[in-house]
Amino acid sequence: MLHDLPSALVITRRELRDQMRDWRIIFPVLFLAFVFPFIMNFTADQIVGMLRSYGVGILADSMVPFLLMIVGFFPISVSLALALESFVGEKERGTIEPLLNSPLKDGQLYLGKLIAAACAPVVGGCLGMTVYLLGCVWRGIPLPAGEMIAQIYLLTVVQAVMMVSAAIVVSTQATSVRSANLLASFIVIPMALLVQGESMVIFWGKSTTLWWALFGVLTLTVLLVRVGLAHFRREELLNRDLDSLNLRELWRVFYQYFRGGATSAWDWYLHEVARTLRGLGIPTLLVTLLAVAAVIIGVRLMQTMDAPQFQQTLMSENSKLQDLANQWPLFDYHPVVSIWWQNVRAMLIALALGAVSFGILGTLPIILTLVLAGYVSASVVATGIPAGSYLIGFILPHGIIEIPAAILATAAILKGGAALASGSGGRSLGEQCMISLADFARVMLGLVVPLLLIAAAIEAWVTPRVALMVFGG
Amino acid sequence: MIVAEQLTKRFENFLAVADMSFSVQPGQVLVFLGPNGAGKTTTVRMLSSVLRPTSGSAWVAGYDVVTHPREVRARVGVLTEQHGLYARMTAKEYLNFFGELYGLTPAEICARSAALLEQFGLAGARGRRLGTYSRGMRQKLALIRALVHDPPVLLLDEPTTAMDPESALVVRDAIRKQAGEGRTIILCTHNLYEAELLAHHIAVIRQGRILYQSDKAEFLHDLLGPSQFQARFAHPVGDWTPTLPPGVRLVERGAEWMRFTVDDPVLSNPLLLRQMLSGPLEMVAFEEVTQNLESAYIEAVNRFTRPEAPHAA
Repeated sequence: MLHDLPSALVITRRELRDQMRDWRIIFPVLFLAFVFPFIMNFTADQIVGMLRSYGVGILADSMVPFLLMIVGFFPISVSLALALESFVGEKERGTIEPLLNSPLKDGQLYLGKLIAAACAPVVGGCLGMTVYLLGCVWRGIPLPAGEMIAQIYLLTVVQAVMMVSAAIVVSTQATSVRSANLLASFIVIPMALLVQGESMVIFWGKSTTLWWALFGVLTLTVLLVRVGLAHFRREELLNRDLDSLNLRELWRVFYQYFRGGATSAWDWYLHEVARTLRGLGIPTLLVTLLAVAAVIIGVRLMQTMDAPQFQQTLMSENSKLQDLANQWPLFDYHPVVSIWWQNVRAMLIALALGAVSFGILGTLPIILTLVLAGYVSASVVATGIPAGSYLIGFILPHGIIEIPAAILATAAILKGGAALASGSGGRSLGEQCMISLADFARVMLGLVVPLLLIAAAIEAWVTPRVALMVFGG
Repeated sequence: MIVAEQLTKRFENFLAVADMSFSVQPGQVLVFLGPNGAGKTTTVRMLSSVLRPTSGSAWVAGYDVVTHPREVRARVGVLTEQHGLYARMTAKEYLNFFGELYGLTPAEICARSAALLEQFGLAGARGRRLGTYSRGMRQKLALIRALVHDPPVLLLDEPTTAMDPESALVVRDAIRKQAGEGRTIILCTHNLYEAELLAHHIAVIRQGRILYQSDKAEFLHDLLGPSQFQARFAHPVGDWTPTLPPGVRLVERGAEWMRFTVDDPVLSNPLLLRQMLSGPLEMVAFEEVTQNLESAYIEAVNRFTRPEAPHAA
């Protein structure tokens, strides 16, 4: 990638020169970098003074870094327009074709545009924050800790690159500047939620959590850049001629990959599902390792956190088990359907989370569930119940089917995210999304849904009775 | 040199270019004649490795357009339908930018730019922002951009669109000069006058297919028949007819003129002239009737788009 940089920078230099000559870009960035921070200083001064007068100094201290983050965020959101129109704007103005005819590689063209679009928000954001901090010193407003300042600077830079990367992906896929601007909400809304979350962390004063947030945002940024580079093809820029979702075409691609070469349902099950399963080796291994790690984290959490109330609850579990066995009579399908739907829903939520994070957040449901399972298991063991009895009584009867099913579904989500990020096979973004979805649907319909149904039946009809037998109810 | 074999491009359900085969030698100009939407631009984009052919193959300057796209693009100068200039740049900056993209040294860029700006009459405007250029000036600069890296192959899509006659003349002269210097040129146009002026070979394209292609002389001969000559006399010709040599036919006559088709003018015209000069009438003129490319083009379209007509290419 480094040897591609000199040619990419030719594009960057031209774009920057163009930006510097456009007052519509320069004026807002300068305003947000040099005027807005002073207004924010005034705001900070007033709020800090007021909060201190009410004796809530701890909140006043958090206000200064919070406003620092806001000062850094505004130039990024304003500069987003530059990234959004980077490709589609040139296409609309008819200047893209001479660039496409040049001997630059696709990656160089993309990288040059990306760096150029990231410069204004990064420089604007950092300048704004520096002016704000200097203003704080001038006005005698106490500065936040050095670690937090560094975290907010880093977060601002990474968020700027992330938003720009997402906007460039939008710009390569959009058919007009108007459609790119309309799609901007898909970047701004998640970012607003992210900034809201980070604000909460700043007010809590949890610097470790902020480092984790930084790590998460950085990972997503790297993946977004990767996706952009992997899926950018100059031909696509000239080909794309659709301003609306072609549902029929999307369905065609989905169905084609979902069905594969199968001639019957049995053939599909025997060959296509098996083929998909064979392709899930590495992601399944990864998710299994994550699952084991989640259980260990749950156990560790129990060891470091005291939960006496929870342990007392467990002591009265026997009577509840008896109730459960009475409420869930054998072969009553209602609890089975409830449990099954609960688990399927969890997998669909995992898919939704994975869809916005290249599969990464898709692992959250299984991780959180197993952290909880590890925590509960350790709590039970802490009450003196043997671990083996607890596992046999509560977990294993249905877990032996349910956990592998969840691992498979999560592995399919992870694989889909990785395929999207790597751009394997030179497919378009939309096509790759449909293929990943078809892979997930194969695994879900062919394996996970039936397995979860079996697990739900065992959980409703067998597990409570086994638990009663083990615990002598 | 450009060679294309059964070049085809399909966009989902739309067949933009179908089975195009042609070749152009260095120093030759192949003109693609056809209406808007005929597939000319798609063909140019495939030849410049911007679009990937759905099937078929093409080689430009010795490189396969699919397997060696960068090598192809480095050796092709493309003038697109839209001039594609950046309004806030000056001509000097614009040419520097493209020179850098094509890997030229600053000295090479400087020398090439200066010579080309001079040749196209834009030297005085090199420091002006391109947003202030007239349409003709923009088109000229776009052509200079296509030439700045001294490519052996030129793909020109409507190069004189929107130009005033004087500017169009400069550009046509430049294209002729480029061909004279040994460059391989494909020129897309629906301007028949331009085609007649510049073409060595002509391909008529319609609905993504080459309806007909040949060299220019053959094109006219094939579509409009043999050359025609007209003799004009001092007095009414009445029903007098000279003895016609083999390969000469009288096709039309007026009060004081006659028109002949001649299969081989070099062989037959001296004999025909001798016959007429020895006749009873005084001949005042004998000249070739100009065969119009427009008529030939319309004939080609009519002949090859009839439902039963086979595709000549």
